[in-house]
Amino acid sequence: MAPHDNRRPFKRAAISDQQKRRELSLLRQAQNRRDAQQQARCLASSILSLQSAAPESQPEQSDIELETVPEAEQESEAFSKDLDVRQASKLRGPEVRKWFARQLMLPEWMIDVPDRLAQDWYVFARPAGKRCFVVSSNGTTVSRQRNGSILHHFPSALPAGAKIRDGSGSAQSYCILDCIFHELDQTYYVIDMVCWNGYSLYDCTAEFRFYWLNSKLEESGACNAPSHYHKFRFSAVPVYNCDQSGLHAAYTGVVPYAKDGLLFYNKHALYQTGNTPLALVWKDENCSQFVIDTDGKGEIPSQQQVVLELQDDRKLVTSDDPPVLFGCLDGDIIEKSGLHTGNLLRFAIGDGGLSFVDGKLEKADLIYLGKSNRARAFADSYSKVLFQFMVRHSPLKIDDLLASINSANDQEKTPSDIEMVG
Amino acid sequence: MAMEVTQVLLNAQSIDGAVRKNAEDSLKQFQEQNLPVFLVSLSGELANEEKPVETRKLAGLVLKNALDAKEQHRKFELVQRWLSLDGNAKSQIKACLLKTLTSPVSDARSTASQVIAKVAGIELPHKQWPELIGSLLSNVHQLPAQAKQATLETLGYLCEEVSPDVIDQDQVNKILTAVVQGMSSSEGNTDVRLAATRALYNALGFAQANFSNDMERDYIMRVVCEATLSPEVRIRQAAFECLVSISSTYYEKLAPYIQDIFNITAKAVREDEEPVALQAIEFWSSICDEEIDILEEYGGNFTGDSDIPCFYFIKQALPALVPMLLETLLKQEEDQDQDEGAWNIAMAGGTCLGLVARTVGDDIVPLVVPFIEENISKQDWRQREAATYAFGSILEGPSPEKLIPLVNVALTFMLSALTKDPNSHVKDTTAWTLGRIFEFLRGSVVDSPIISQANCQQIITVLLQSMKDTPNVAEKACGALYFLAQGYEEMGPSSPLTPFFQEIVQSLLTVTHREDAGESRLRTAAYETLNEVVRCSTDETAPLVLQLVPVIMMELHNTLEGQKLSSDEREKQSELQGLLCGCLQVIIQKLGASEPTKYVFMQYADQIMGLFLRVFACRSATVHEEAMLAIGALAYATGADFAKYMPEFYRYLEMGLQNFEEYQVCAVTVGVVGDISRALEEKIVPYCDGIMTQLLKNLSSNQLHRSVKPPIFSCFGDIALAVGEYFEKYLMWAMSALQSAAELSTHIAGDDELVEYTNSLRNGILEAYSGIFQGFKNSPKTQLLIPYAPHILQFLDGIYMEKDMDDVVMKTAIGVLGDLADTLGSHAGSMIQQSVSSKDFLNECLSSEDLMIKESAEWAKLAISRAISV
Repeated sequence: MAPHDNRRPFKRAAISDQQKRRELSLLRQAQNRRDAQQQARCLASSILSLQSAAPESQPEQSDIELETVPEAEQESEAFSKDLDVRQASKLRGPEVRKWFARQLMLPEWMIDVPDRLAQDWYVFARPAGKRCFVVSSNGTTVSRQRNGSILHHFPSALPAGAKIRDGSGSAQSYCILDCIFHELDQTYYVIDMVCWNGYSLYDCTAEFRFYWLNSKLEESGACNAPSHYHKFRFSAVPVYNCDQSGLHAAYTGVVPYAKDGLLFYNKHALYQTGNTPLALVWKDENCSQFVIDTDGKGEIPSQQQVVLELQDDRKLVTSDDPPVLFGCLDGDIIEKSGLHTGNLLRFAIGDGGLSFVDGKLEKADLIYLGKSNRARAFADSYSKVLFQFMVRHSPLKIDDLLASINSANDQEKTPSDIEMVG
Repeated sequence: MAMEVTQVLLNAQSIDGAVRKNAEDSLKQFQEQNLPVFLVSLSGELANEEKPVETRKLAGLVLKNALDAKEQHRKFELVQRWLSLDGNAKSQIKACLLKTLTSPVSDARSTASQVIAKVAGIELPHKQWPELIGSLLSNVHQLPAQAKQATLETLGYLCEEVSPDVIDQDQVNKILTAVVQGMSSSEGNTDVRLAATRALYNALGFAQANFSNDMERDYIMRVVCEATLSPEVRIRQAAFECLVSISSTYYEKLAPYIQDIFNITAKAVREDEEPVALQAIEFWSSICDEEIDILEEYGGNFTGDSDIPCFYFIKQALPALVPMLLETLLKQEEDQDQDEGAWNIAMAGGTCLGLVARTVGDDIVPLVVPFIEENISKQDWRQREAATYAFGSILEGPSPEKLIPLVNVALTFMLSALTKDPNSHVKDTTAWTLGRIFEFLRGSVVDSPIISQANCQQIITVLLQSMKDTPNVAEKACGALYFLAQGYEEMGPSSPLTPFFQEIVQSLLTVTHREDAGESRLRTAAYETLNEVVRCSTDETAPLVLQLVPVIMMELHNTLEGQKLSSDEREKQSELQGLLCGCLQVIIQKLGASEPTKYVFMQYADQIMGLFLRVFACRSATVHEEAMLAIGALAYATGADFAKYMPEFYRYLEMGLQNFEEYQVCAVTVGVVGDISRALEEKIVPYCDGIMTQLLKNLSSNQLHRSVKPPIFSCFGDIALAVGEYFEKYLMWAMSALQSAAELSTHIAGDDELVEYTNSLRNGILEAYSGIFQGFKNSPKTQLLIPYAPHILQFLDGIYMEKDMDDVVMKTAIGVLGDLADTLGSHAGSMIQQSVSSKDFLNECLSSEDLMIKESAEWAKLAISRAISV
């Protein structure tokens, strides 16, 4: 039996760089595997919800409702597109702006009061400011406005939002938040959560998303005061059930931000990109400084102005899907002004106003003003035009909303399930 | 026939290659034709006193090799072969072996000892050869002394070969009695006493019960301590080896003896011959290891519970121990830094001093500082070096608050010594010490950083200057730079090293081209440092990292320009290629992690891949692990476009998967298959047949190192997720492999290592299930998975009940439950509701403190509630 050698490493690092490379590779692979699974899980569940949520739009069910077919296709296409934010980050220039611009859920303007407001809806005071998407990934955070342009590029405490190695956020993890940037206190108010830490919430109900938003945002430290690795503060907004007291609180309650109207979210609605009637905006002078649209100089024009998109057959339409037809443009204006299909054009509504037949727009008195501001990505939506029209003629008042809740109250007692306090 | 064996064995040792080859062939043939007769004649040869000693020895060795092998699968085969061998033959062989123990020829006895231990290693666990230990022990009381010596040696080998639970306590007691008596001072024969002392070293693992008995333990300890005072140096050395082993095996029993042991070791360190002194120092290093572990465990849980309490032996011995170790530092050998294999008392003492610092922390500082101050400026280089080494040794352990004032004073001195000291040994240790300063006192752990704007320039200048010094000093300077760079990892968008980045990279590349870069592993150190500098670089220097790509590519290209190489040169070339591929891997991973740099980097992808393929091509038998790792990183960065490389790359991928011998290569390749699956998604389909066949083959092989199996299962998941329902082709095979592995991994009992392995196996299996479920999701073929669901749920129940899964497994397991519900929907609903523990498991995970587990559980809850409600 030979003597035992007990020599120890001398003046050497214990781990070889090769071993380190091996381990880092394994770490990266495990991370990638986790991300791939995560993605598969999210993708799968969103498709599942889509099918169960909208069985009536299955193409094979009906030959008559032809217009629902493209709608359904578009929707699922949108879903698969939405989910891959990383793919989107490969896009360049104008493409990337267009892509991001389509990712926000855009509330319609409230032109009549929906049923079951107290049972099925949340309400909260919308912060005045720039609506934007905040995306954190790969150790950085970017906010993009509705027109796709970058607002800020900064480190944040959101998962994957800053280059800090802590094991929790992977390089492939990411978050997408629907926010309003409030200039005065330099705060991002999060009004919706679309993806969190690589986990997609597109397919989740607003009820779940708001619950998740409240618990996760706080946990992440994103609500903390700004610091070197966290340039802007994030904050949730107080969300209420839209019963009498909730609506009252949202309307009159004190919040740290300037209000710009009230937002109503249907509790059961998924995060649907583009215009949706399941989220609504409403405002009056008491809760917003910007009830009536202003022009470029910040003044209220004497006549209501609208922005419409020019289609190839000279039709003028809204940004809705499907678009609503407002009229046709004279061929000679097109020629004279060198207009092209897809141009966004500004019009004033003349004294003829808007006329309706059976609740549908029949005629609009449009006066051509010129091309719209280049920063615009979309035409106005139908509900916006109508809301602005009503504000000038017969506005929907807070009392109408309260009355609607009261009358519903008479019929059934409102069950109050979750008290959201932000 | 016996004659024949002798001649053949003699021929097998001939200097004539042809004769030797011929003899080896005949032995092989003989063995294949009639194994029992072959083995019997070998044992007969060994036992025959009339035979020449060389053939007796060789016969024993051939016999031993017929019983044991290094490779696990080969070993297993040999064990089975011996167990099924004819009983008569075995008896004859054993009789010959035992007889040989009494031979007057020492080599024959010693060989027989080893062979007996091998046979015992096979038979005792099967309750065979019950009379062996009895007959060995009866030998001990026999004369002549040489038989006694051989018997004790046999007992030592036997204890090394079999595990303690195979031998009952009664026999253990007898063995220990014989061994300890043999090593006591009353034993007059030196060889017997030495054999006994060495046997005790192996038998210590059997002495659990005896060490719990105060009287027996006192006796053993007394005899061991006495043996450290033997006039025979080999006995003293062996006795100290026993003390070292006792220090780790029976740490908690040492309190009554520690004072005596200190006196014995101190005397040995100061006065005894080096081999003995080294073991004496090792005793204290080993005590440090124990206490560091225990204190670490204390730190990890606030209740202070640990299986073993800390006796603070080091803290108590500190005032005497530290001066003793400091003395050893002055006993350096000339040029020890140039000699890779050097190990002397100064090195052992310095290493121990470092461990002591880690054990006691701040307390060591006042004991060492006077020594440093006294010696650091002395004329004699030994004193300067010892002082520097002492300083470097205590940098890990004490708190930054305690060290920073010292370091702030010392830094300027060190930087000056590194350039100006006339002695290379001092410079070597100085550079090493600077590295330790950067490693343990980096900006993230201290309030006032050691390195400021003011001295950064000087530090870098000195380090880059030292890279031109002798290879050993330059290597240490690279090491210091490595830790300097590491200190700025993830520290923010801007690094103080940015202004020097170009210069640092240039200097490191220059080092790699030094004529003498092969010495003191200088070239390796330079590339490792370059890698770390790249890893820790910030966005500011990304353009410079990009510029490095063509440079390293050119270096790799140059190694491929074919000239005929000797095998020695080829080995060096392969090593260099490994370093360059490793460097490229780091760069790819760095640049691939952010979109803008990845975009620019991709212009090189084709060329880089071309180079990697050529690296593979110039090694005919096996693929290069480093190139494989780099390709994984490249696939990840490239995404689906990687498909264009597959036609050429595939054969090397397959070669890597087939490499059982270098299992690391196989494991790395399995990981790369995962990378490629994620990158290619369904485009990997054309290669799936080949890959899946090979992976299934690997799983069923007992030649493949077990650590590769869990990643293979995970890889199934990666492939399934990538190809979706196309996985149907492999489903049956994969599921059956998963199922049998799952069964194996549910009920386990064993040591920590086995539990850890089992958990990694479970994780692999579960990741496979997840990938398969998610891959089949939304395909019309989901129903194919339904038959497997009950077993999977049972598996989940099983591991939940075992209560020994780690957090990673828990997270993966609850995810699988969700995946199963998500994919099978209503089919799974009732099964999950009926399963024994799904609900408890889910609730446990939902209330877990681990965020990842909680998140997976929340997802699973969502999926299950949907499955149940449909």
